[in-house]
Amino acid sequence: MSFHPPLATSRSMTGIPTGRLAVWWIIASEIVIFGGLIASYLLFRLHYSEWAEYASHTNTVAGAVNTFVLLTSSLFIVLAHQAAIEKNKEKAFRFIWFTIGGGGVFLLVKAYEYTTEIAHGYTLFANNFWGFYYLATGLHGLHVIAGMIIMGIISFDVKKGVKLERVEYIGVYWHFVDIVWLFLFPLFYIAK
Amino acid sequence: MNKEQTHSHPNYVKIYFILLGLFVVSIVGPLIGIKWVTLITAFGIALVKAVMVGAYFMHLNIEKRFIRYILYTALLFMILLFAGLAPDILKSEGNNWVNVSTVNTATIDQH
Repeated sequence: MSFHPPLATSRSMTGIPTGRLAVWWIIASEIVIFGGLIASYLLFRLHYSEWAEYASHTNTVAGAVNTFVLLTSSLFIVLAHQAAIEKNKEKAFRFIWFTIGGGGVFLLVKAYEYTTEIAHGYTLFANNFWGFYYLATGLHGLHVIAGMIIMGIISFDVKKGVKLERVEYIGVYWHFVDIVWLFLFPLFYIAK
Repeated sequence: MNKEQTHSHPNYVKIYFILLGLFVVSIVGPLIGIKWVTLITAFGIALVKAVMVGAYFMHLNIEKRFIRYILYTALLFMILLFAGLAPDILKSEGNNWVNVSTVNTATIDQH
């Protein structure tokens, strides 16, 4: 009688597929990272009234465009997930790449923003406000890049109809990146 | 087959347009220039949008409770951090004490 040890990728103590559970754990750790950053920013923002003046120099239009882009890309990835459940691999592949496109537009707008802000002297070390601004939006931007790379990799498996459940996993991650931005937008671009 | 695959999908496009409507309100509200309106429209609506994305796009409304407990724990750590740091950062002085480092940071920050 042969013995097969349980595989970490297939066992499930919680009844939740291991891959999806892993993504939720990643998100919990990300909440602590971004939460710590946002909580610290809020404390300083409440204490130093002059930060309102610094915030008045951020580009609200660019921030709003990026909010729209991320919300739209969230719709695309959830539609990709729906298509994956329906085993419509072509549609899932297409929507994954629409989402990647959304991430690309977001980064282009961000690059434009950074360029104009740095040109006006608002650099990482200009003061603590701009330090927080670049740290928070930069860290968020890195998460956007990571999501785009992962989506690009899984999209080709999806096209072959392999491991379609990964569309849901990357979707959950991408929605979290969207949620983080939903808070960064009012904090840095609206509250002036 | 997991729980989610057995439920009917919500109308994602409809949810998306509700999110866009809330997004417009969060832009327009602060333009009025009243502080409490800004707080509600910018931050209150950000919270509503985040809950909607979490519930309908991330499917937290049908996800097992265990996941919500993980997320609540992480959020609790964020609140603890805020509460723990708040006395040091938000107050520069009190009865017979002055937070020298905060005062110095404020001075440096103005330059």
